[in-house]
Amino acid sequence: MTTAPEPGGPGPEPSTAPAPVEPEGPTRSESFVHQVLSSSWLLTLGAILLAVILGAILVIVTDPDVQAAAVYFFARPGDLFAAAWDAASSAYVALFQGAVYDWTASDPARAIRPLTETLTIATPLILAGLSVGLAFRSGLFNIGGQGQVILGGIVAAWLGFQFQLPAVLHVLLAVLGAALGGALWAGIAGVLKARTGAHEVIVTIMLNNIAGYLVLWIVTTTLFASGTPGVSKAVHDTARLPALLPAPFRLHWGFVLAIVLAVGVWWLMERSTLGFRLRAVGANARAARTAGISVARMTIVAMAIAGALAGLAGASQVLGTEGMLTASVAGSIGFDAITVALLGRSRPLGTVLAGLLFGALSAGGRLMQTRTGTPLDLVLVLQSFIVLFIAAPPLVRTILRLPDPEKKPSRKRPARGDAPAEQAGAVA
Amino acid sequence: MRLELRGITKRFGAFTANDAIDLVVEPGQIHAILGENGAGKSTLMNVLYGLYTPEEGEIVVDGVPRTFAGPGDAMAAGIGMVHQHFMLVPVFTVAENVVLGQEPMARGLIDAGSAATVVRETAESLGFHIDPNALVGDLPVGVQQRVEIVKALSRKAELLILDEPTAVLTPQETDELIEIMRTLAASGTSILFITHKLREIRAVADTITIIRHGRVVGTAEPTTPETELASLMVGRSVSLGVDRAPAQPGEPGLAVRGLVVRDAHGVPVVDDVSFDVARGEIVAVAGVQGNGQTELVEAILGVTTPEHGSIELAGRPIDGLGVRDRLDAGLAFIPEDRSTDGVVGEFSIVENLVLDRVGAAPVSRGGALDVAYLRRNAAERVAEFDVRTTSIDREVGTLSGGNQQKVVLARELSRDLSVLVASQPTRGVDVGSIEFLHRRIVAERDKGAAVLIVSTELDEVLALGDRIAVMCGGRLVGIVPGGVSRDVLGLMMTGMPPEEAARQAAEHHTLLGEADLAAELQAPDGEPAVVQDGAVVQDAAVVQDASHESEEQR
Amino acid sequence: MTATLDAPTPAAATAAAALPAPPPAYRTPIVLAVLAVVTAVMALATPAGATNVRISTNTDLFQIPVFAVPGRATAWLLTVLVLAAAAYAFVLARGRRRIPVWVIVVAGVCALLALLVLISAGKTQVVPVTGLLAGTLFLATPLVFGALSGVVCERVGIVNIAIEGQLLAGAFAAAVVASMAGSAYVGLIAAPLAGVAVGALLAFFSIRYQVNQIIVGVVLNVLVVGLTSFLFSTVLRENPQLNSRTALPTLPIPLLSEIPLVGPVLFRQNLLVYLMYAIVIALQILIFRSRWGLRLRAVGEHPKAADTVGIDVNRTRWRNTLLGGAVAGLGGAFFTVASGLAFGKEMTAGRGFIALAAMILGRWSPTGAVAAAVVFGLSDQLRILMATLAVPVPSQFLLMLPYVVTILAVAGFAGKVRAPAAEGIPYVK
Repeated sequence: MTTAPEPGGPGPEPSTAPAPVEPEGPTRSESFVHQVLSSSWLLTLGAILLAVILGAILVIVTDPDVQAAAVYFFARPGDLFAAAWDAASSAYVALFQGAVYDWTASDPARAIRPLTETLTIATPLILAGLSVGLAFRSGLFNIGGQGQVILGGIVAAWLGFQFQLPAVLHVLLAVLGAALGGALWAGIAGVLKARTGAHEVIVTIMLNNIAGYLVLWIVTTTLFASGTPGVSKAVHDTARLPALLPAPFRLHWGFVLAIVLAVGVWWLMERSTLGFRLRAVGANARAARTAGISVARMTIVAMAIAGALAGLAGASQVLGTEGMLTASVAGSIGFDAITVALLGRSRPLGTVLAGLLFGALSAGGRLMQTRTGTPLDLVLVLQSFIVLFIAAPPLVRTILRLPDPEKKPSRKRPARGDAPAEQAGAVA
Repeated sequence: MRLELRGITKRFGAFTANDAIDLVVEPGQIHAILGENGAGKSTLMNVLYGLYTPEEGEIVVDGVPRTFAGPGDAMAAGIGMVHQHFMLVPVFTVAENVVLGQEPMARGLIDAGSAATVVRETAESLGFHIDPNALVGDLPVGVQQRVEIVKALSRKAELLILDEPTAVLTPQETDELIEIMRTLAASGTSILFITHKLREIRAVADTITIIRHGRVVGTAEPTTPETELASLMVGRSVSLGVDRAPAQPGEPGLAVRGLVVRDAHGVPVVDDVSFDVARGEIVAVAGVQGNGQTELVEAILGVTTPEHGSIELAGRPIDGLGVRDRLDAGLAFIPEDRSTDGVVGEFSIVENLVLDRVGAAPVSRGGALDVAYLRRNAAERVAEFDVRTTSIDREVGTLSGGNQQKVVLARELSRDLSVLVASQPTRGVDVGSIEFLHRRIVAERDKGAAVLIVSTELDEVLALGDRIAVMCGGRLVGIVPGGVSRDVLGLMMTGMPPEEAARQAAEHHTLLGEADLAAELQAPDGEPAVVQDGAVVQDAAVVQDASHESEEQR
Repeated sequence: MTATLDAPTPAAATAAAALPAPPPAYRTPIVLAVLAVVTAVMALATPAGATNVRISTNTDLFQIPVFAVPGRATAWLLTVLVLAAAAYAFVLARGRRRIPVWVIVVAGVCALLALLVLISAGKTQVVPVTGLLAGTLFLATPLVFGALSGVVCERVGIVNIAIEGQLLAGAFAAAVVASMAGSAYVGLIAAPLAGVAVGALLAFFSIRYQVNQIIVGVVLNVLVVGLTSFLFSTVLRENPQLNSRTALPTLPIPLLSEIPLVGPVLFRQNLLVYLMYAIVIALQILIFRSRWGLRLRAVGEHPKAADTVGIDVNRTRWRNTLLGGAVAGLGGAFFTVASGLAFGKEMTAGRGFIALAAMILGRWSPTGAVAAAVVFGLSDQLRILMATLAVPVPSQFLLMLPYVVTILAVAGFAGKVRAPAAEGIPYVK
C-alpha cells in the first residue's frame, strides 16, 4: 500500500486489493488534490497563526534593538522582552496599516488607500490562483503561471499600443488576446503532456524560464522598446482597464473581472459538463477514459483554460495596474498563485479569499518596509510557511493540539474492507 | 522450523482483521491457510513477516517467543515470504534482486560473482536454472516467482510463506510449483500456503486451517470434500452455480473479426482473434491473467487501437469510433479493476452513476448538468441495485468493494444496451454480492443483450458461460460449450487445442485433477468418478458436463 | 508433471522468445538531423576569414603560438560531425538499440562550436579556447552539483525541485561563514550544512507528513529566497563584515596542469571543482555498484520490495535526501566563495532549474548529468563570449537553450527518459 489515493480501495487484505496503482502524474495529483480539499477552515487559521508566529520570531531575532537588549539580558531582562514585543508588533501593525486601514494617515483617502491597494495587488493573484486551482482539480500541476502571465502581458501590451480602436472594443480585444496568449503558452505543456507524456511540471518550469528571457528580449526590440530600458511603450488609454476609483487609487476593473471569473470558474467546475469531465480526469484519469472521456483532450483544455486565466493576470497588470509591459511584469505572481490556490484549496471562493490575504500581505509588506525597515521578503517567508502548514494538517494539529476529524469514533463505516483507508486518509 | 502463532489479533481502526488466531506449523509441513478474499489471510502473513505489528498475541519460533519490528527480524528468524505481487525490482538483475539487503561484498563494492553463484546454487538445489544476469522485468511471471523463492531460500528461510502463489500461473506452471513445494518440504522447510482455491489445497497440503472474518473457523485434512471446505470458508452452504435457463441465442450482438493488438514492444498481445456473441447468450472468456483478455476488452471498448481486424456492434462496424461513440451505440462496459477504471473514488454516488453519460440529455443540456435529474437518477438506482449507503452524496471510494461494483453495474445496466462486456465482474466482491451480480448479468442476457464475460476464476466462467472461449498468449485457443471440465479448460489455457485437451484430460489428470478424483472416490455420496476415466473422449462436452454436475451436486 | 524442472516450461520459453525489441524510435535521430541542418546553415553563414585561436595561457610551460583556423572549413567539418552523429543515431535506432548520451552531447557540442566559429570568423579578436573551456567547466560546476543532488534524491524516490533553494542556501551560508571565519575553506564546510537544512525540511514534509514533494520543493524555493533576502536586508546590511568577499584560491595541480589545453582547463581550478571531480566519480561507481547504491535504487524503484528484505525505506530516503541537500548546498558555494563574490539576493538566478534539466537530460546518472551540465555551461560561456565579440544576436536566446533542450528531452526527442518508478510517491506501510 503506497499512496492509497482512493480511500477504501486497498483493504486490509493485499490479496483483495487491486493491482498497485501506477505512479503516474494523475495519481499523484489525485491524492494531492484530495489532501488539500479535505482540510478544514480551522486548520487554515491555525496555519496562518503559526506562520505569523514564526515570522515574528524572525523579525525579533534580526532586530538590532533586540540584539542590543540581549547583550545585557541578565541585568534587565524586561528590556529584551519589551524590544522583542516592540519589533514584532510594530512590523505587524505597519503590515496591517498598509494592507487594510491606515489610521495614522493625514486624510480619509490615504487612510483607505491601503485597502484598495490590497485589492489591486490581489487581482492578478486571484486570476492566476484560479488558473492553478483549475489545473489542480483537473489533475495537472500548473507551475507555469509565471510564463503564462508574461505571455498574456506581452500580447496585451502589443495589442494595446499597436492598434487604434474604440475604447470598449480595444480593451476587450487586448484582454482576449492576453487570454489567448496565456492559453497557447500553457497549451504547449498540455499538448506535450497529452501527446508524449512529458510531465507538465518539468515543461512548465522550463517554459517559465523561456518566457522570462523572452520578455527580457522583447522589451528591447524596436517594436516594443520605449525610451526607458526594460519598459515597453505605454498602451493607449482606449486599451486600459478603466479605474474603479478616481486617482490616486489604482484599483481598476480587473478586480471585477477577477471576481466574475471566480464565479465563472465555479459554474464551470461544479455545474457544467466540461467541468465534470475535467474533475473526473483529475480525480481518476483511467476511470474517466473508460467512461469515454478523452483524457488527452481534457489535459489540453485544462491547460489552455488555466493558461488563459493566468494570461488575464498579465492583462490585469499591463492594461490595469501598470499601463505598459515591463520585464518584471510577472513579478512573482506565478509562484504566489500556487500558494494562493493551495491556501484556497483550489476552490474559487477560497482562491478569492487567499488572493485577498496574500494581496494584503504584499500591500502591507511595502508599508512595513518603509515604516519599520522590516524587509518585504518577510511576506515570502510568511507565505511559504502558511502553505507548508496547510499541506501538512497533522503537523498543525500536533502543534496546536487540534482534534483530528479523521478519528471521530461516530463516523459510520461499512462492515469491512476499508479500515486501513482511514489510516491512509489520516496520513495522506 | 516449528512455528506457533498464539492469539494473534490485528486491528485497523475499528476493524479487526485478525481475531485471536492460533496456528501451529510443524517442520517440513505444508500448511494451507484457506479463506475467502478479505478473510484476513494476507494480514496474518504480513504480521508473521513483520510488516504489521499485532495488537495482541505472540509468535513462537522453535519454542522461543519472538517480536518482529520489520521484515528484517522475520528473516533473521528464518521466515521467508513470496508475496502475491512480487517484491522484485524490475530494472534489477536476478542476482541484484536476490542479494538485495544481504549483499556479498568485495573491496567495498558488491561482489557480483558470488551474488551470481548464490542464485545458481540455490536454483539448482531446487532443480531448475535461472540466469543471474537477466533483468527481472524481462522474465515471465512463472520465472519471477522462482526468483522470489530463490531470494527467500538464499536468506536461509526455514519457513516459506507463499501468498496466493498460483493466482498468476497456468495449471501446468502450478504443477511445477507444487513439485518445488514438495521438494522443499522433503528437505525440512516448512511451508505456509495461502489460497482461496480449494483444489490446490487438496493436492498439496498436509493440513488445512480455515479462516473466516479474521477468525480460525476450523482445521481440516486434505481429504475433506471440496464442498465441505467451501462451506467452512464462506460460512454457509453455497451452490457453485447460478440458476438460469438455457440461452436463447438471437441475432448477432458482438462480432470480433481477426483482431490483432500489439503492445509497446510490438508483441501481438491479441493475435488474430475472431468470435461472435449472439444476443441472448453469455460467452465467457477464460484464461490465466495476462493472456490478452485485458487488451481484447480494451480494444472492444476503444481505449486500445487494434492493428488489424474489425469489431461489429449489432451488425454495425464500430472500428473508427471512439469510446464515447461506442458507449452511445449500445455498449455497456464493466472494467476489470473497478477502483482504477470503474469509479472515481472522490466523486459521489450521484456523479459516478452518470460518469459515462454526461454530455447528452437527460443528464446535461446545453453544456450544463441537470442536477435535479442526477439526484433523482441516483435515488432510483441505489434502491434498484440495493447499494448499501448512508447517502447518495457519499464518496464512492468510502463504499465497500461489493457496493462499488453495484454502482458500476447500476450505471452500466440502467441504459439501453445491446452488448454488455464485463471483465472480472465479481473480483474482490463478497459472496452475497456475487450472487446478486451474477443474477443481474443473467437477467441482462435474458432481456436480449449479448454478454461477454472475462474472468480468470474458472468458477465464474463455469457459472455464467453459455459458451466458453479460452485465451492463451493472445490467441483464442478455442470455444467450447459451457460446463466443460476444469482439466480441459486448464489444458486449453496453456494453448492446447480443445480436442487434444479433451483427450489428454481423459488420459492423464493434472495433480489437481487427481486430487479431485481422490476426493470424489472418498466422498461418501460421490458419483463413481471412474466414469470419467473410462469414457471415450470424442465429445468432450458430454464428459465434462457430467463431472461438472457431480461437482455442483456436492 | 516432471519431477525436475531444469528445462524451462513451454509457456516460459515462448514468452521469453516472443519478446522482441520495441519498434524503432526515430525522434532522436530526427532531432539530430535537424541540428545538422542548423549547423549547415551556420556554416553557410560563416564569413570568409579565419578564427584566431589561442590555446596556451600565459603561464604555460610550453607555449603554443596563436594560430588561425579557417572559419568556413571548420564549420563544415563540424557540420559533418553532427551529421555523422545523426547518422549513427539513425543506425542505432533502426537496430532498436539505445542511443548513448554521448552521441547527443557530441552533436550538441559540435553545433555550439560551429556557432563559435560563426561569430568569431574574420574577426581580429583572438578566441581563447583554453579560457573558454575552463570557463565552461567553471560555469557547469553548480549545475553538476545541483544535478547530482537531484540524482541522489530522485534515485531514492524523492523529487527534488528544491535544488534552487539548496544552492541559494549554500551560497548564503558559504559567504557568511567564510566571512566570519576569514577563510573561504570554512565556507565549503558551511555550504553543505545549509543544503542539508533545506533537505531536512524537504524530507520532513514529504516523508514524515507525505506532503506532495513537488509542492514542498516549490515552496522551499520561495522560503529560501525569502529567508536569505530577509537576512541579507537586515543582518548582513547592518553587519557588512559578515558578507565580505572571500575567494577560494586557484590550486594548479603540479605536472597535470602543465599539459597543453587539458591542464589549464581541468587542473587549474579551485578546490570546489576538484571536489566535484571526486564526487562525480564516487557517485557513478557507488550508485551502481555499492551496497548503498543498490539499496538506494531499490527504494526508489520498488520501496515495498526493499522493505520486505529489511531495508528501512523511509530512513533510507531521509538519509539520502539529506545527502542530496549537502551536495547541492556545496554547489551553492560556487556562487560566493568559489567565484570570489559576496552574497546577493536571489544570486542563483534559476541555476537550480537548469541543474534539474541537466539531471533529466543525463537520465538520472552522474556522468550523464555532467555531460548535460557541460553542454549548458558551454552555451552560457558562448553567451558571455558573444557579448565581448559584440555579436548582434540577443543573448536571451542562448540563455533559453537549456530549457528548450530539456523540453525536447522530456517530450522524448532526446532518447528515452525514464524516471525512477517510485519517484514522488510517499511510502506508507
